[in-house]
Amino acid sequence: MIYQAIVFSPLLGALIAGFFGRVIGPRPSELVTSAFMVLAAVLSWVAFWQVGIGHATDKITLMRWVTSGDLDVSWAIRVDTLTAVMLVVVNSVSALVHIYSIGYMHEDPHRPRFFAYLSLFTFAMLMLVTADNFLQLFFGWEGVGLASYLLIGFWYQKPEANAAAMKAFIVNRVGDFGFALGIFGIFVVFEGTIGFDAVFAAAPSKATATMNFLGYEVHALTALCLLLFLGAMGKSAQFLLHTWLPDAMEGPTPVSALIHAATMVTAGVFMVARLSPLFELAPTALQVVTLVGVVTAFFAATVGLVQNDIKRVIAYSTCSQLGYMFAALGLGAYSAGIFHLFTHAFFKALLFLGAGSVIHAMHHEQDMRHMGGLRSKIPITWAMMLIGTLSLTGVGIPHLAGFAGFHSKDIIIEAAYAGHTTSNYAFWVLVFAAFMTSFYSWRLMFMTFYGRTRADHHTYEHAHESPYVMLVPLFVLAAGAIFAGFLFKGLFVGDGYKLFWGKALFEGPNNHIMHALHEIPGWVGWMPFVAMAAGFALSYVYYIHAPWLPEATARMFRPLYLFLLNKWYFDELYDFLFVRPARALGNFLWRKGDGAVIDGTIDGTASRVLATANSVGRLQTGFIYHYAFAMLIGLAALITWFMFSTGGIR
Amino acid sequence: MSLAGNSLLSVVTFLPATVALFMCFLNSEAKQNARWIALWTTLFTFALSLLIWINFDPANPGFQFVEERAWLGPLKYKMGVDGISMLFVVLTAFLMPLCILASWESIEDRVKEYMIAFLILETLMIGVFCALDIVLFYVFFEAGLIPMFLIIGVWGGKRRVYASFKFFLYTLLGSVLMLLAILAMYWHTGTTDIPTLLTANFPEGMQWWLWLAFFASFAVKMPMWPVHTWLPDAHVEAPTAGSVILAGILLKMGGYGFLRFSLPMFPLASEQFAPFVFLLSIVAIIYTSLVALAQEDVKKLIAYSSVAHMGFVTMGIFTFSQQGIDGAIFQMLSHGIVSAALFLCVGVVYDRMHTREISAYGGLVSRMPIYAFCFMIFTMANVGLPGTSGFVGEFLTLLAAFKANTWVALFATTGVILSAAYALFLYRRMIFGVLEKPKLKAIADMTPREIVVMAPLVILTILFGFYPAPILDVTAQSVNRLVASHVAATKKARADAAPRVVIVPPALRETTAQPAR
Repeated sequence: MIYQAIVFSPLLGALIAGFFGRVIGPRPSELVTSAFMVLAAVLSWVAFWQVGIGHATDKITLMRWVTSGDLDVSWAIRVDTLTAVMLVVVNSVSALVHIYSIGYMHEDPHRPRFFAYLSLFTFAMLMLVTADNFLQLFFGWEGVGLASYLLIGFWYQKPEANAAAMKAFIVNRVGDFGFALGIFGIFVVFEGTIGFDAVFAAAPSKATATMNFLGYEVHALTALCLLLFLGAMGKSAQFLLHTWLPDAMEGPTPVSALIHAATMVTAGVFMVARLSPLFELAPTALQVVTLVGVVTAFFAATVGLVQNDIKRVIAYSTCSQLGYMFAALGLGAYSAGIFHLFTHAFFKALLFLGAGSVIHAMHHEQDMRHMGGLRSKIPITWAMMLIGTLSLTGVGIPHLAGFAGFHSKDIIIEAAYAGHTTSNYAFWVLVFAAFMTSFYSWRLMFMTFYGRTRADHHTYEHAHESPYVMLVPLFVLAAGAIFAGFLFKGLFVGDGYKLFWGKALFEGPNNHIMHALHEIPGWVGWMPFVAMAAGFALSYVYYIHAPWLPEATARMFRPLYLFLLNKWYFDELYDFLFVRPARALGNFLWRKGDGAVIDGTIDGTASRVLATANSVGRLQTGFIYHYAFAMLIGLAALITWFMFSTGGIR
Repeated sequence: MSLAGNSLLSVVTFLPATVALFMCFLNSEAKQNARWIALWTTLFTFALSLLIWINFDPANPGFQFVEERAWLGPLKYKMGVDGISMLFVVLTAFLMPLCILASWESIEDRVKEYMIAFLILETLMIGVFCALDIVLFYVFFEAGLIPMFLIIGVWGGKRRVYASFKFFLYTLLGSVLMLLAILAMYWHTGTTDIPTLLTANFPEGMQWWLWLAFFASFAVKMPMWPVHTWLPDAHVEAPTAGSVILAGILLKMGGYGFLRFSLPMFPLASEQFAPFVFLLSIVAIIYTSLVALAQEDVKKLIAYSSVAHMGFVTMGIFTFSQQGIDGAIFQMLSHGIVSAALFLCVGVVYDRMHTREISAYGGLVSRMPIYAFCFMIFTMANVGLPGTSGFVGEFLTLLAAFKANTWVALFATTGVILSAAYALFLYRRMIFGVLEKPKLKAIADMTPREIVVMAPLVILTILFGFYPAPILDVTAQSVNRLVASHVAATKKARADAAPRVVIVPPALRETTAQPAR
């Protein structure tokens, strides 16, 4: 029952707030949804204990879903360690975000709707992580997409918010296009099953199988994994399908913290980890995963360097950190990837909610160029953001201890070294990305909290610390951002990690990465530390010591600066390549194809009839009746003829 | 079971027409009476149709509730339903009371005649799905044109005459060919009995021509690209309830026809023409989705999206597999609910603003939250979001297509991206944004009557999304038999023809995905 309670209490909250929010009022809606979420969060930790420590995996079949021929899919709740970790992450962050939103949204007239969406999102996310087959995974996948669409577009009066919501949905659909094809392929290759256990059990026997895809005979599992990974790229905003994530910041900040930092965007990471029994048999696909992850980590960090919107900096940071996770997965270090997912949820939600607290204090100002000097105004928020930054940049003493992000990020960078990718490109790029991460994170801190303020006098004077209903969630997340790495490292990636994960993560017989990363040279462990320190130092010089430097640099390298500021011109490129042509083509097909060609032919006939009609056209309705009557007579004549002409045969 | 056992289908079929006959004697001024009579009649018919569903035995793949009487000369009056047709009867009976309710206030002219037209239309449409004699089928199929033609032509919009003629010409041209085919089938076999014809084994050469003749008619009805252009015009000019019936039921007759005639009676021709149908389906999905993107008229946009959705149906049917055909039937039923609901949604604002221009709206959510909610549900179902009925059919047909040919699946799956684009674009322009048009400032949310119309559609859309079993269980056995007989027929032909010719030539079908080595 505990698992049903975890999954369905958010749904219950969503339904109550959604349908009866107007009746019961905003405050009860907030309390009901938050209470259900806190319940789910507490139960999730119980589940984590039972499954992660007690190894009590479970599978509950709820109801039949789609049955057709050999396809037989049910709604089910699958609970193993991977699910338990996700339950903890999703429900803890969601509960905190619910509570935080009570403060953050307190002026909004549509609070019941907001809380209903938040809880609905959580439900969809829970269906995703508890899925026992590909179809339910897809349900959760698209369900969180819907909730994300609704929440990004929550302020529906804002045209940018509406555009961003649509963009998020449609770009995700591009990924889902691949995901769907992957599911179809699984069904064909695995002879009529799309249940996880059955597919995983049969996977080794398909290790060398081929399938015909688009006329080519290809290695089945590689093709399937790549198709499925396209879905992961969309949901987790990886390079090429990332464009929706920064725009999604148009939504309220708690949404960004919950959906676009801690939970939904990590669904792709979860998916690859969940499907590790398939990916392990598709080495080429794994290489692609690493490549995409590394490129994203690099690309997003470069863009993050120059953004001015406080939320967009954090959004690109999220994008970049997701790249780290995929890099780890692609190297076979699934537990490291999920570990980073786990710690990242805490410190990134902390940073977003902290940014929300800043925005709240500044009366919805998001541009860091109009901030500065806020440390004395909002000291608690400053402290929380500082913890988040220390965690994100991976502050810690190598080979010893540090903030949460230190443990998880360093292990990924070490795995990248141990993984021996071609010329160790993954290792070096990720180290460089860590340097940039440190730079843009400190840049955010310095621009927001230090120096002389650039805000207008009125706003600055009225900047105020947030209420405790917003600060307490920050404290909890801060505790996570400090301790989550240190406390859980042993379980997730320590010596006993195989026992902890059980069968939830699969490592092939040739996958020794988690072992190999203990045998790397000592200097490798120091590289992320060096990168982090260098990033901090450079940022300090640029934004504290010599504040004229950023502008000078931007002027000197203007093309590069514009290139980064405009996000590598992806939006413009896609607009040029896809959006405009689709519109133009649609218009062309409509006016020329349907209009000129098809109707042109048909109307030739029709107009002759109508010409006759117009000559009689005075009694329009009467004339219709005439034709109807003619049709009736014609039909009767046909039947009569039929009857008499064939009547003699029998 | 006394009544139910023997003539339930006839009662359900002819009850509306009988009442319509009596209504002819009603005073034309008694508008309210006409409305109530029509409402009660359709509600009662719906209740009776549920009796069919309740007493239907899903384990029996054959025809049930069969009635047989002597009719004209060699022709018989024979009715019956199987798992393929039964739910269409229920769908028709279900949508009718909603249509009457939706026309409650929007139709003020010739109310009596309007109701009579709808009741007769109901009889003819139910008859199409029940007829087990091919001439009887033809009569229902063709006669259904007349009331629809009248509904568009008399109660339609400004260009109603053009639209109704286009509708009429298109569909009639197809049906003439079908009539010739029916005559040929009769001369060849000496019977018009559908169950007998199902086992007739027409010679291969003849199948080819018969298939094409039937195709001409069904393709127009579906409608398939490129004979779809009558649909947007008909929808635009039709009154709301007319659009509901057009999208909800009339379009399904094409798909039903393929399943009842083309596939089982001409299996070899179907097999040969499958690549051709796939091609048209793909073009329909991509082409009309793109065209939908360019529309400025709400009804046209939804009409084009209907054509795209029907593309999934034809694609699914011609995979000749359980999933494909189950999915196609499900898609038709789901589309019957969702597109009907979308047209009702358009009707709600049209009744208030009297315009279908998308640009005349915007920001409706702030004045009409209930409306926005309903519209959102149906938009998502139109997009094929899992958890709505729109997903199941799309998923099953695409799954089957992937098995048959990965190219087909690849192109058809792009439909999920394009449908999201046009549907969300529409929603954004109408519902979201700031409500700034002066005319909209006082627009009122849905009335209780409109909520009563919309609620069952919302519930069914979600129910069948989460629990499609009530539909899939009904269709399973009949579809299974259809698939089995198709496989047997093509196998036999292949064996017979092995030394001579190859029956399944086109390379397109040869690229079926092969599972394991």
